Amino acid sequence: MSNIRKAFENGKAFIPFITCGDPDLETTAAAVKAAVENGADLIELGIPFSDPTAEGPVIQGANLRALNGGVTTDQIFAFVQELRRDVKVPMVFMTYANVVFSYGAEKFISTCKDLEIDGLILPDLPFEEKEEFHPLCKRYGVDLVSLIAPTSGSRIAMIAKEAEGFLYIVSSLGVTGMRSEIKTDLASIVQVVRENTIVPCAIGFGISAPEQAKKMADLSDGAIVGSAIVKLLEKHGKDAPKYIGAFVKSMKNAIR
Amino acid sequence: MTNPKGRFGIHGGQYIPETLMNAVLELEEAYNYYKNDPEFDRELTELLNEYAGRPSRLYYAEKMTKDLGGGKIYLKREDLNHTGAHKINNVLGQALLAKKMGKTRLIAETGAGQHGVATATAAALMGMECVVFMGEEDTIRQALNVYRMRLLGAEVISVKTGTATLKDAVSEAMRAWTSRIADTHYCLGSVMGPHPFPTIVRDFQAVISKEIKEQILQKESRLPDAVIACVGGGSNAIGSFYHFIEDQGVRLIGCEAAGRGIDTFETAATINTGRVGIFHGMKSYFCQDQYGQIAPVYSISAGLDYPGVGPEHAYLHDIGRAEYVPVTDDEAVNAFEYLAKTEGIIPAIESAHAVAHAMKIAPAMEKDKIIVITISGRGDKDCAAIARYRGEDLHE
Repeated sequence: MSNIRKAFENGKAFIPFITCGDPDLETTAAAVKAAVENGADLIELGIPFSDPTAEGPVIQGANLRALNGGVTTDQIFAFVQELRRDVKVPMVFMTYANVVFSYGAEKFISTCKDLEIDGLILPDLPFEEKEEFHPLCKRYGVDLVSLIAPTSGSRIAMIAKEAEGFLYIVSSLGVTGMRSEIKTDLASIVQVVRENTIVPCAIGFGISAPEQAKKMADLSDGAIVGSAIVKLLEKHGKDAPKYIGAFVKSMKNAIR
Repeated sequence: MTNPKGRFGIHGGQYIPETLMNAVLELEEAYNYYKNDPEFDRELTELLNEYAGRPSRLYYAEKMTKDLGGGKIYLKREDLNHTGAHKINNVLGQALLAKKMGKTRLIAETGAGQHGVATATAAALMGMECVVFMGEEDTIRQALNVYRMRLLGAEVISVKTGTATLKDAVSEAMRAWTSRIADTHYCLGSVMGPHPFPTIVRDFQAVISKEIKEQILQKESRLPDAVIACVGGGSNAIGSFYHFIEDQGVRLIGCEAAGRGIDTFETAATINTGRVGIFHGMKSYFCQDQYGQIAPVYSISAGLDYPGVGPEHAYLHDIGRAEYVPVTDDEAVNAFEYLAKTEGIIPAIESAHAVAHAMKIAPAMEKDKIIVITISGRGDKDCAAIARYRGEDLHE
């Protein structure tokens, strides 16, 4: 088991997502530090992919900016090694299956262990395909985080039973992005999760405002926010970290 | 050829977001039921024969045969189908299946526009709503097909992300499907994507090789020596190969779009230049950089301009059962013009890739050898683009 459980020991967890290299790795480092100083409990670091099929326009934009800036998986690994000196909260990588596969799954996952990366979120790796990487994740002590969607229905129990790290509950149909309203019956989903695992669960997709985050965190163990933070990077570029700090503070205060 | 989890050797699988898992499982269950349902088979056969105009002709290209001076060349005329390409075979099957499943809306991706037109056609026929995703670049290359789809009642969404071509249209259609699943079937146009699509699309396209086999046995009392088809995702090729896979004496040759050449970056020859990866729901060969970023690909043909290839082709390549050869833009354009002048048949620029390879190998073959080339579509849609390629200032 990794350190991910520690992220859920300070009340409800606030989990920000930041794409590495958007617009450059220096800004990413400052953004991560600002988030941690202001109460982020776990950091989701995105490794950009050319064709992020689960993302809405905002995070697609972040992937594009990062890749256009020339960032690579090797540079991101070197960057995380540096970042780990200052950042002690659990961190996970969020990327797509091909980024891991193409790097060489064992090389990628063993490097995660060396970098004290606690988990891996791969939105295009459903339960049926997790054998692709799970044996290696197990060997190197990296949690392979599973996702549950509004359409999961009878699959929830099956997924929850084998969950590790935390469970990522997708709040709504569709891709990542901010939504004014979340209509899914998340309480019922969380109930089935609780009946099948002691692993904590956090809700993501569409969360952008403190009151929304509070509602989601009340239903579960935490809130995951991506697009709203990426929007700050899109708008403020290198100046974004201070805005991200303030944003994280307001979100963590709301859900605490 | 596939195991229950949709694997072709190491290729295939279901690498998709959890949100779509129940949708593909539901599709698989419905397909497994209806493929053995005599009533479904009767309805589909009637649609294929009475509406799409099957069986398509297997035409002996006598002038071309004599001109090349080698093996005997037959053309499988999928260009004569309703809507002008093989795409209708798959679309009628999937639309009928979707209807049986209670879906009222079809979404689709399209490259050259042929699959989009076929989907819009089936939607019109069956009274379903239709949305087609098409890369912005392709909406310009194939403007006439955009109009055709709209005329048929479909909404065409121009995709501006990424390279704004087929790959991005697939990504966008997948994204759209995750946001609206209950009433919507994603009518995938090729033998790619997550299981069960590569199997479903292959089965619906396999009618091509089933007919070729019957027709050639009738005409020549023997099997062909080679079957040649173009490969983007690979649906007309797998349809042309399928019933010959067990016949080891039949060479199966897939022609990939080499664009400006496989030694350049401007190519779409996936098996010749790519390596194994995971993308768009499947494990297969992909054009990608060392970090797994999907590479921008290029071909004069919008229908072959895709960085991946169907998992069954990847497998047939791995086991050496089929050969995959690169054909450049120049060679395809020459073949396009050659078939028009020699046989009075204007092939789609995609199909012209297969014609080009046949032109390379036929002269060296003995006169009693038989080659079948699948003409997957007709070339009317390409005339303006080829004219421009030859320096004429022609616009639709």
